[in-house]
Amino acid sequence: MFYRETGQFKTSYGADQQIFPIRQDRIGVGLVLAVAFLVVPALAGEYWFNAILTPFLIFALAALGLNILTGYAGQLSLGSAAFMAVGAYAAYNFQLRVEGIPILVSFICAGLTAAGVGILFGLPSLRIKGFYLAVATLAAQFFIVWCLTKFPWLSNNSSSGVISTPTVKILGYVFDGARDKYLLVLAIVSVMALMAKNMVRSKTGRSWMAVRDMDVAAEVIGIPLLRTKLLAFAVSSFYCGVAGALYAFCYLGSVEPDGFSLDLSFHILFMIIIGGVGSILGSFLGAAFILLLPILLDVLLPELSSLLHLQLQGSTVSHIQTMVFGALIMFFLVVEPHGLARLWQIAKEKLRLWPFPH
Amino acid sequence: MARQIGDVILDLKNISLRFGGVRALTDISFDVKEHEVRAIIGPNGAGKSSMLNVINGVYRPQEGEIIFRGEHRHNMNTHIASAAGIARTFQNIALFKGMSVLDNLMSGRTLKMKANFLQHALWWGAARNEELAHRAKVEEVIDFLEIEHIRKTPVGRLPYGLQKRVELGRALAAEPSMLLLDEPMAGMNVEEKQDMCRFILDVNDHFGTTIVLIEHDMGVVMDISDRVVVLDYGKKIGDGTPDEVKNNPEVISAYLGTQH
Ligand SMILES: Nc1ncnc2c1ncn2[C@@H]1O[C@H](COP(=O)(O)OP(=O)(O)OP(=O)(O)O)[C@@H](O)[C@H]1O
Ligand SMILES: [Mg+2]
Repeated sequence: MFYRETGQFKTSYGADQQIFPIRQDRIGVGLVLAVAFLVVPALAGEYWFNAILTPFLIFALAALGLNILTGYAGQLSLGSAAFMAVGAYAAYNFQLRVEGIPILVSFICAGLTAAGVGILFGLPSLRIKGFYLAVATLAAQFFIVWCLTKFPWLSNNSSSGVISTPTVKILGYVFDGARDKYLLVLAIVSVMALMAKNMVRSKTGRSWMAVRDMDVAAEVIGIPLLRTKLLAFAVSSFYCGVAGALYAFCYLGSVEPDGFSLDLSFHILFMIIIGGVGSILGSFLGAAFILLLPILLDVLLPELSSLLHLQLQGSTVSHIQTMVFGALIMFFLVVEPHGLARLWQIAKEKLRLWPFPH
Repeated sequence: MARQIGDVILDLKNISLRFGGVRALTDISFDVKEHEVRAIIGPNGAGKSSMLNVINGVYRPQEGEIIFRGEHRHNMNTHIASAAGIARTFQNIALFKGMSVLDNLMSGRTLKMKANFLQHALWWGAARNEELAHRAKVEEVIDFLEIEHIRKTPVGRLPYGLQKRVELGRALAAEPSMLLLDEPMAGMNVEEKQDMCRFILDVNDHFGTTIVLIEHDMGVVMDISDRVVVLDYGKKIGDGTPDEVKNNPEVISAYLGTQH
């Protein structure tokens, strides 16, 4: 997929400000959506939906949420999993306690609840930055998980805070098959990704990036720092919250507070580091990469070891996974901080010139 | 010059600013008249940048009074200053490095844009139209500064001289009534300096924008400014037309007496 950006002259700012100003990009995105909505459901089997596609979409949504906060607004957070937990438990409680509430409405309310909690934990961001802010969000991570185990009301008095989600029903249609759930998640994630793209290409996104890149200059321009940061916390947590609700309702079916551990927060952080900090596409690439790598290693390592006549135990495989992760993250942090998304862009630029290097 | 210098719009009275034991500004008073080009000069560390920071509220002086358009204040704050039409550039370029030239300029118009994040998310008609209308305004600035070719380039990749120009563009995008420029020509070659001078004078001429300018190049200062205030060690040692300042013995000794 390589093409030239030049030669497509825009005759109006409207045309230039389109969401995907380049025609091939529009076609590309259209194709991906068509494949995701039409081709994949026809071809993929149960395993693919359950183990790969649905979790990929959900994690991509969570990564997108974190990317809004960290990548665009420059506020490092280690609490993504906790905001997912807020979303999961909030959606559960709205379903449980509000008579006849439609499931989509409780997903939205779950996002809003997470947004509220996000704003609360975002308040310190006016005073502290970088490392210290990360520590404050770490506090959110532990505090929220602790709350969910400590207050039985939140999990309807279930033992150790485990909740089992009810069936997902929209307008009388029951989403119980793996394919149904995949399609529901896909629809929600597509809409939210589109909305994120719209935000980051307008004043909202510019203000986030301004605060990220040079806060004094942003302030002098008239961008209110606290309000802008809190909006990023709110929107980011909304995305993570909805991802959490989908994680519980459409992926696992039953979750416990410890499932939303710091480990998961780190995983989401790794997704945006590898995929691309400050890139919507990167959130998807990173989620796919982090999710597929273990599966790939699971398949490849035994093959490789039998080829080399080595005895590999299960624990060794997982150790190797951890090591590969670590190495990759260091690679991206040092060599390509903008991640896979940037590599993709460079590849396009190179291919466009191919076969002439100049 | 065609433009008519108006009344005093900014009056600074007995401003003192300290950072711990450092007296950055001591009892400084001067005024700025509408439509004029007002220069602030002085040796390194004289307090020039601090003065600009006081004017637009980045720093809060411990003593003194700031009267802007008839409003008396003990200090400014950045919000009031930007809303009142004061824009500025920084001594060490303070562009948004990860954004394109276009986005940097668009961000200069933030205060003029009203749509909220939900309207943006939905790309609602009003939000979309607003973005387009402001894009058209920004394109005027891009034309004016002759930076059409780098519109989409991330500013971090531009050479220094162009970055300075883009930063001026971001300030101009706000359509300011007062422009604070902190060494807009520092580090530029002769040709770039000439361009920058031309832009500054054009802005002043066409839009009547009041300009407060810090500059080390004496030739430039004497050429383009209407009045000059001279600071040294945080104190005011001279104030007047370029000619008056040039012949002020205190100013001469400050410049000759210290190595720069
Ligand atoms: N934020 C700050 N914190 C502490 N001291 C400061 C701060 N800003 C300025 N100063 C001090 O105030 C004094 C005046 O600094 P300022 O930057 O205003 O000088 P300047 O005239 O702009 O110098 P230059 O020509 O080098 O830009 C200096 O001694 C400086 O160290
Ligand atoms: Mg200075």
